[in-house]
Amino acid sequence: MENIISVNGLDIDLPDRRLFENLAFDIPKGALTVITGENGVGKTTLVKHLLRDLKTNSHRHFINFSIKRDEAFYMPQIRNIDDDYPLAIKDFVALGFKHRILPWNSKKMNTTLEQTLMETRLIGLKNNPLGKASGGEKQRAYLAQALCFDPKLLILDEATANLDISSKHELLQLLKKLMKKHDITVLFITHDNELIEEYADYELHLANRSGKLIKKEAKFHV
Amino acid sequence: MFSYDFMRYAFIAGIFIALICSVMGVFVVARQTSFFTHTLSEIGFSGAAFGVFAGIAPLTGMLIFTFLSAIFIGISGERVGRREASISVFSGLFLGLGILFLSLSDKQASYATSILFGSIVGINAQNLLELIILSVILLVISTILFRKLAYNSFDSQGADYNQRFNQLYSIIFLVLLALTISITAQIIGSLLIFVLLTIPASAAKYFGRTIGKMIGITFFFVLSGIWIGLYFSYLTNLPVSFFITIIEGIYYAAALIKDHHSNSKL
Repeated sequence: MENIISVNGLDIDLPDRRLFENLAFDIPKGALTVITGENGVGKTTLVKHLLRDLKTNSHRHFINFSIKRDEAFYMPQIRNIDDDYPLAIKDFVALGFKHRILPWNSKKMNTTLEQTLMETRLIGLKNNPLGKASGGEKQRAYLAQALCFDPKLLILDEATANLDISSKHELLQLLKKLMKKHDITVLFITHDNELIEEYADYELHLANRSGKLIKKEAKFHV
Repeated sequence: MFSYDFMRYAFIAGIFIALICSVMGVFVVARQTSFFTHTLSEIGFSGAAFGVFAGIAPLTGMLIFTFLSAIFIGISGERVGRREASISVFSGLFLGLGILFLSLSDKQASYATSILFGSIVGINAQNLLELIILSVILLVISTILFRKLAYNSFDSQGADYNQRFNQLYSIIFLVLLALTISITAQIIGSLLIFVLLTIPASAAKYFGRTIGKMIGITFFFVLSGIWIGLYFSYLTNLPVSFFITIIEGIYYAAALIKDHHSNSKL
């Protein structure tokens, strides 16, 4: 089995305390791995640390990546999208395109954009302002933006925290379909046991300054 | 009214001010840094006063002060510039410093004070040329960096993690903003540049759903405001800044009414 990230013997220190000691785990490629653990155990900090290392490559003895920084996309926990947010969903999603200088989209980008909006079931809402969209629609728009970025690794930080039951299942089912279709590895920070049982292929459980990868059997199959 | 040079200059300047304010204003409003633009003009006043005191060109002093502040805010994070307390601290501190520099220098200080209360009908050919050069520089840079600035401004958290050199783009934007304010404030006054950078773009976001449309609508709001304001001012002999501010205020009110209606339809 191929790994997208391999960590071995990594320590992470905060200014006042040691957060992780001798951390060792692998993140399997093409799977959905959930990251779990108590509040404050350092789930988000760990992920941000990994992203920083991916950029600077400063801990290469302890962490091995099979991707580059611009192949990883992080969906942050908090986003500043209030009721007044003006951009249409389509335009928000298109912010994810990289490597383009000219202000307007190329033909190929527009095709990708339409296809992505179709895949995330936003095509009927594409001209609505994102600020007026529901919580589930917003998360799908964030996912669509990530897909425009064309990532190999996608990291979701508590993406389902404010969603109702049907919206969170919809988002996860969509995610499982799309990660298979686009060959994306997913890391998903969550507390939601129901979602873990249903969708997780692996669980990275963080506790007592270390982490353990557990194989799970996802009930949901694409 | 076009028989007067200063009127012709003012109408032409209106076009370029509208260009700058539409491009910069849409990003300023998206980043929610309206009040930082106001603070920057006070910092600029302080810099100009420092220039008078130190015996260098006031514009140079202004550019030094605003550039340094922009870089400082860019590095320490724009949230610092949005905080109420830091806005008060910056504004107060720099106005105070400005007054200090002015009182320490025994030279003519009218140039520095005109930054706070400059006027669009006081423009001469030299000012117009500066304005045109500034507009061209801004438009070229913002076209090249359009996508980066758009991601950085319209989805700051997303861009923070997923756009390379994102902080650099924040700094570049703030430096462009500092440049805009330094050059326009001495020409049309800091009140007017503050109004034109924030109100039209805030109104436009209720009418346009794409960045391009927002810039277009903002351009229309700014240009029509300046031209109609100039015309009324010519007829009545009342200050032009007053009319422009009123017109932009009306656009904003119209935007709020439109938003209220479309919300009640949902």
